[in-house]
Amino acid sequence: MNPELVATVIKLVVIVGFLINVVPVMLWVERRGSAYIQDRPGPNRLGPLGLFQGLADAAKFMFKEDVTPAAADKPLFIMAPILALLPAFTTFAVIPFGPDLQVGGRTVPLLIANADTGVLLFLAVASLSVYALVMAGYASNNKFSLMGAIRASAQLISYELALTLSVLAAIIPASSFHLADVIQYQRDHVWSVLPQFVGFVVFVIAAFAETNRLPFDLPEAESELVAGFHTEYSAMRFATFFMAEYISMTCLSALGVTLYLGGWSLPWVEYHGWWGAILGFATLIAKISVCLAFFVWVRWTFPRFRYDQLMRLGWKVLLPLAIANLIGVSAATVAGWL
Amino acid sequence: METLIFALFASLALGSSIVVVAHKNPIYSTLSLVVTLFSVAVLFVLLGAPFLGVLQILIYAGAIVVLFLFVVMLLNVQREEMPHSGQPGQRVAALLGAVVFAAFLVLLFWRAGSPQGQPLTEEFVSLKALARQLFSTYLLPFEIVGLLLLVAVIGATVAARKPPEVEETASKEAAP
Amino acid sequence: MSPVPVSWYLLLAAALFAIGAAGALTRRNGISIFLSIELMLNAANLTLVAYARQLGDHTGQVIVFFVMAVAAAEAAVGLALFIAVFRNRLTIDVNRMNLMRW
Repeated sequence: MNPELVATVIKLVVIVGFLINVVPVMLWVERRGSAYIQDRPGPNRLGPLGLFQGLADAAKFMFKEDVTPAAADKPLFIMAPILALLPAFTTFAVIPFGPDLQVGGRTVPLLIANADTGVLLFLAVASLSVYALVMAGYASNNKFSLMGAIRASAQLISYELALTLSVLAAIIPASSFHLADVIQYQRDHVWSVLPQFVGFVVFVIAAFAETNRLPFDLPEAESELVAGFHTEYSAMRFATFFMAEYISMTCLSALGVTLYLGGWSLPWVEYHGWWGAILGFATLIAKISVCLAFFVWVRWTFPRFRYDQLMRLGWKVLLPLAIANLIGVSAATVAGWL
Repeated sequence: METLIFALFASLALGSSIVVVAHKNPIYSTLSLVVTLFSVAVLFVLLGAPFLGVLQILIYAGAIVVLFLFVVMLLNVQREEMPHSGQPGQRVAALLGAVVFAAFLVLLFWRAGSPQGQPLTEEFVSLKALARQLFSTYLLPFEIVGLLLLVAVIGATVAARKPPEVEETASKEAAP
Repeated sequence: MSPVPVSWYLLLAAALFAIGAAGALTRRNGISIFLSIELMLNAANLTLVAYARQLGDHTGQVIVFFVMAVAAAEAAVGLALFIAVFRNRLTIDVNRMNLMRW
């Protein structure tokens, strides 16, 4: 048995287990958090503090009737939710979740895809998530779904530019696409959020738009276009879209944390052996949790952007800001300040 | 192992490219093109060019084909009806084309033999080697391509916008 | 030594090119012709990268980099032209674009 293969399988099990468990936890956090912000109790009947609400929701999704519209394009209709889930899971492969482990004389880097082109792989796979939306909207044979799908994909590709440019600016001082090198740079110097604050703000706004979360959730807003591109989806198919959204939120938070907030590392802490790895993973999970709580907080605080305001913000404000940030960071790196 | 991956993705590329060319529904053609591009990206990685593989997915599958999909939906391109009775001599032309293609293949194998590439070294696959070449020997084409992309953005914006004379005539009629 | 000879990649690229050429010649739909052209470009890219592998030289990969950028530019401008033509003719069936026919 190839030892590298065994190590990769174990890492896969850990990461996929983590990602799948995010969804019921986020369900509870979203419901209770929104209730707290809106000054109402929220779900509190199932178990203490309503903690078993996730189980009840899962059971509901499994037993609901799955309705497929008669004139829908069946192969695309069935494939769209799966295609939404694949990029969401795959993008976590390049995120390091701990320091290098020494196991039996060999060094095991704690990330699934130890590729030289780390961040680019993330961006490439994330850009494939547009297809799921477009397929869902087209295959539903429903004017509202199609409108929602086109708006959502236009929003996604517009904000992808600002996202890519802010990610590029974050890796320029580290001179490598590999995220382990970026974390090492941040451990040697300072967390990138401090010198590159503009880039961080651009990244956060673009991340909200990329995951279709408020204030950018016009494509799936209930009061606007029925439910946008997932109007015709019910039961498990809708649950799949739901899962895909939460998991892509987690992956983008993980990327933001790794690029700007130091990833799995804490300043002035030494990481040795197995305890170091566990501590690193726990730190990463804690930072991602803070980001996800921030997602929930923003969702229930702001009103949503109208579509033309959204496009204007993406092209006329964020893109020039991201380009200026890139030029500034490159100049600072060449001058030796970063 | 490498042979297995090659066989899988090569057959996937061939199959989906036939769907691109032959399917009546343009949406299915476009989505099959995505599958083809993805398979070709995997083949790039097998050939020791992982950066190009990732770029293929990022640029081609992630941006260009999305643009195609947009235009297909915007223009509501209908399913194409293939002519039932082909042009006269279409079958003969297709057969002749296949024979010529087979002749080319035989020539390719006869002249080239079956050379194995050198083993892939860490240095060949690394990003640094490609970047070094790109930014030293090929710096001028790099800058020109940047200029080309700028020109393309301006050209596409101008070509696709609504013609402005319509608003002028409307305002002229409304004025007096 | 890699177990897959480079000539297999060249063969695959030739087949993809032939399929793309057949599509570009037989389709009536402007978008489908464009898709077939993109297929031909990809076949050319595969050939270039295969030769870069065989000769151990990065030049092939650099050329592919440029080809991808040019293909992106061409796709953007071409699709913009399609939209402009559609506005006037209300069709993209290339058999109807016959204003310059003798």
